[in-house]
Amino acid sequence: MQDLAILLWPAPKSPPLPIWTFRKGSAKRSAMTVQTPNSFRNQPDERGHFGQFGGRYVAETLMPLILDLEQEYRKAKADPAFQAEFDDLLEHYVGRPSPLYFAPRLTEELGGAQVWFKRDELNHTGAHKINNCIGQILLAMRMGKTRIIAETGAGQHGVATATVCARFGLPCVIFMGATDVERQKPNVFRMKLLGAEVVPVTAGAGTLKDAMNEALRDWVANVHNTFYIIGTAAGPHPYPELVRDFQSVIGKEARAQMLSRIGRLPDLLVAAIGGGSNAIGLFHPFLDDASVKMLGVEAAGHGLDKEHAASLAGGRPGILHGNKTYLLQDEDGQITEGHSISAGLDYPGIGPEHSWLKEIGRVDYTSVTDVEALDGFQLLCRTEGIIPALEPAHAIAAVKKIAPTMGKDQIILANLCGRGDKDIFSVAEHLGVSL
Amino acid sequence: MTRLSSAFAKGRPALVTFVTGGDPTPDATASILDALVEGGADVIELGMPFTDPMADGPAIQLANLRSLGAGTKTADILRIATEFRARHPEVPLVLMGYANPMTIRGSEWFAAECVKAGVDGVICVDIPPEEDPELGPALRAAGVSLIRLATPTTDAARLPAVLDGSSGFLYYVSVAGITGMQQAAQASIDEAVARIKASATIPVAVGFGVRTPEQAGAIAKVADGVVVGSAFIDLVEKHGADAAGPIKELTAALAAAVHSARREIA
Repeated sequence: MQDLAILLWPAPKSPPLPIWTFRKGSAKRSAMTVQTPNSFRNQPDERGHFGQFGGRYVAETLMPLILDLEQEYRKAKADPAFQAEFDDLLEHYVGRPSPLYFAPRLTEELGGAQVWFKRDELNHTGAHKINNCIGQILLAMRMGKTRIIAETGAGQHGVATATVCARFGLPCVIFMGATDVERQKPNVFRMKLLGAEVVPVTAGAGTLKDAMNEALRDWVANVHNTFYIIGTAAGPHPYPELVRDFQSVIGKEARAQMLSRIGRLPDLLVAAIGGGSNAIGLFHPFLDDASVKMLGVEAAGHGLDKEHAASLAGGRPGILHGNKTYLLQDEDGQITEGHSISAGLDYPGIGPEHSWLKEIGRVDYTSVTDVEALDGFQLLCRTEGIIPALEPAHAIAAVKKIAPTMGKDQIILANLCGRGDKDIFSVAEHLGVSL
Repeated sequence: MTRLSSAFAKGRPALVTFVTGGDPTPDATASILDALVEGGADVIELGMPFTDPMADGPAIQLANLRSLGAGTKTADILRIATEFRARHPEVPLVLMGYANPMTIRGSEWFAAECVKAGVDGVICVDIPPEEDPELGPALRAAGVSLIRLATPTTDAARLPAVLDGSSGFLYYVSVAGITGMQQAAQASIDEAVARIKASATIPVAVGFGVRTPEQAGAIAKVADGVVVGSAFIDLVEKHGADAAGPIKELTAALAAAVHSARREIA
């Protein structure tokens, strides 16, 4: 625990670029940061690359559609009517802005930095996933697509997709690993109530990666009428960019809320990472605020030396699901199965922008185990009366380690990206309680 | 003339056959490849197994899993290719698979291994022309053909980019979909092949969903080659290590239909 704190605070380990300090003076900055990008916020390049990561590694059948999607997204982004409709739905349907909450008892218990939460678990459908689904279904309709498909792990993205499909009256097919169907029954039922067809995928280990393979297979066969709503900031360009943009509402709101509530920015942002959409959504609007450090928290499962889902900590760059990024794989490039107590983090890859942010050193990444996440889960229940999802429970576990090492005048802002109702049964099982 | 161009210059359409390397075991693949050659296949595609074959239907997915389950490594595939080349000096051999196993040790490494193993060409499902630098330059520098895929969604504006840097042959995927499922209507294949052949200077082979001698013969009337895969994989699934006999039989029937397709209309 101390090790992590020393690594992360107060100075990052041998930073490749003086990014933590370049805001001290603009004159000095230009002299001392020759290699520092002018902005960390203008990725990807025109070919969809974040440094060496990202790209468009898809079958030829999908390539023309991906190019169309990019073109249509550029037009939508420049269209005030599109933005207005997106904002309106976020406000009146999703319930945004989500609150920014100071957690007094958790702060007191940890005895260090003030802990604040961005309450995206209060969104309609109970997680941040809906932000992205609203954006993508508006794009789908702009492109004249009449059928929606999606993959899901924990079921949160599946529920959010089924929700927007019901809202706009489009047929919806959700691919979900058979293992996940078993461990996320409440969400499977929710999706069905919302009118979606849920297809259990038995290939591989029956988790998120297999669901994504099957969604890609469906998409290739139905490319003329089908829009694939990818749930995280990964996949072929332009998905990592557009998912990030739609999720950036989290960070934009949080930044404005912090400034208006206490007149300053947080010192550290913390978010859990599976594919990384809630983390990039929180981080991206702050990337050029040099005083703000960031920590992404991967799932260490049973431990980094055993089965886990920490692609950055235990993987290396490779190509899967349309993008180049850090992947859990063997020496031949065969993808290995991830493991996490959290179905939403149980993925052997990570969004390409996180791979880039790790490589340039702008964001630090760590990992917490299943056991630590369960502890974080219970800690938040007990101290704040908030039942978090197992995904943000990983972020809470990281906060628990770091907050005591920071001063009481310092501020941590963590993303509470989902609520825990869906996880009650699996948490009970892990705690040895029979319901 | 390369082995690949010779295979398409025999004065008749070519039969291109696909099996997954290492299915059901690495040791069983040699006799299966020999059966394809003895049955009359003109080009052999050897599939490199991958954990996540997202362009493949259930038959080839299972073949990939059987192969990996039997412990097949990239080194085994390269050994199978090397030994094939020693037994069959003239038959073109193409590796087909996904980007990650091909590029994980660097594209130069892969290209050099292809040369050492006597591999004539490479088909990579998930590297479109937009990501050519990932693999294309290394293969071209090593003299290994990069065989690209064109599909029903590859329109006239896009076709030149697909052809640019391709060699050996162009693999026309006749259906927007995954391997081994439905076959495209013959009329749409005729139209697409005619359109592509108007721009292509390399042979055009048509595959996806082709299972019977009748289908293969019909396609061979218009295309330079016909690719059959899942029908062989089904035989491997059914007969396991004893699949060579039935595979040779099916190959012979397909070869007869493909090789004689033009004669019937002449």
